[in-house]
Amino acid sequence: MIFILRAVLVLGVLGAIFGAVLAVAAKIFHVEVDPREKAVREALAGANCGGCGYPGCDGYAKAVAAGEAPCNKCVAGGAETAAKVSEIMGVKSEGAEKLVAFVPCSGSLDAAELRFHYTGPEDCRAAMLFGGKSSKLCTFACIGLGNCARACKFDAMHIENGVARVDRYNCVGCGACVDACPKSIVKLIPESQRVMPACRNQDKGAQVMKICKVGCIGCMKCQRECPADAITVVNNVAQVDTSKCVQCGHCADICPRHIITLF
Amino acid sequence: MLTNILAISLGAILTNNFIFSQFLGCCPFLGCSSKVDTAAGMGLAVVFVMGLASAICWVIDTYILIPLGLAFLETLAFILVIAALVQLVEMFLKKSVPSLYSALGIYLPLITTNCAVLGVVLLNVQNNYNFIESVVYGVTGGLGFLLAIVLFASVRERIQFAEYPECFEGFPICLVSAGLVALAFMGFSGMKIF
Repeated sequence: MIFILRAVLVLGVLGAIFGAVLAVAAKIFHVEVDPREKAVREALAGANCGGCGYPGCDGYAKAVAAGEAPCNKCVAGGAETAAKVSEIMGVKSEGAEKLVAFVPCSGSLDAAELRFHYTGPEDCRAAMLFGGKSSKLCTFACIGLGNCARACKFDAMHIENGVARVDRYNCVGCGACVDACPKSIVKLIPESQRVMPACRNQDKGAQVMKICKVGCIGCMKCQRECPADAITVVNNVAQVDTSKCVQCGHCADICPRHIITLF
Repeated sequence: MLTNILAISLGAILTNNFIFSQFLGCCPFLGCSSKVDTAAGMGLAVVFVMGLASAICWVIDTYILIPLGLAFLETLAFILVIAALVQLVEMFLKKSVPSLYSALGIYLPLITTNCAVLGVVLLNVQNNYNFIESVVYGVTGGLGFLLAIVLFASVRERIQFAEYPECFEGFPICLVSAGLVALAFMGFSGMKIF
């Protein structure tokens, strides 16, 4: 017992002495840092997600205080944080439109035809080594092994029935899933965007019919009927121009394949 | 006495170089060797930490741990000393040489976990060195590290302009050249001092 006490005491005293020395040294070698850097750091979301492109929240706060970075880069904090940071830095808020991740693929296991049954490692990259692009016949489809879900720090990405789905409520738009997706399927869209075609297959309509029950066949119906001319069919797949879209949701109603999702 | 010290120094710098023949401290060796200036700064910081750590650890070991029968706590106590020293060096550099501080970046606090530093203090105990020998071994071990990292940084600076297969780009070529420099140091290993 005494032996244990002695060991604890010796290490404790040693630690205390070193701590005291360091405390004195911290006073002697004190360096003034920009007070704004500290204030900015406290205003940030603190998730260290890297969505701003800097190494962690500390790195971004430093860059902001040095005037090297814009105030609206904190994706996890969104517009509120951008406003706070702008206030600290004394500049006008640029107002960051919140982005959310979106997976333009609806090829769930019920809808997409499989080329083969993949039983390898649970990793999209590994699966891409076999049979071209994925185990699904559609070469544009989401592989559905969840690299994006594992990259997400906010529990906003899940694999549902073989295809990645975004939980818009949890998503902060940091873009970690965008980087994690080996097929570059996931993209960021403005949160206000309510309609999006959830398909990226560029094959001709007849071919799409064969390999996927829900894929975009490029029938141009949405392009013709869109009241705002926001939809164009490029390379046999519908694309929405988010700057023109009025979010009326008409396209989602009329799409014969029900591929245009309405959030 | 003097010959003994000379033998320890030459051994630590050349024949038993911490990096090239004992393979301790490879992390900062590879991470901080892209520029000669940074490498020299890192090397000097390690010399300082190693020398001071050897001295303090020897005192703590001989006058506190061994008399109290707590020699089994050596590793723990030594890590404590090293961590405190590294913090001290970090504060000092931040104040006096901010450019070096930012150039060393994350590798500076990582000296704490540089196995060469812990290695040198544990080897001091293992070899039963006295105070002077310990300090000499610590400082010269650090000098050996400095020599190795500066040499290797100059090699890497030249590699930038060399033509090598594209697949070796980045770390592969760096590891290959580290191996070659280590091979050159093997030449010392046959040397017998006194």
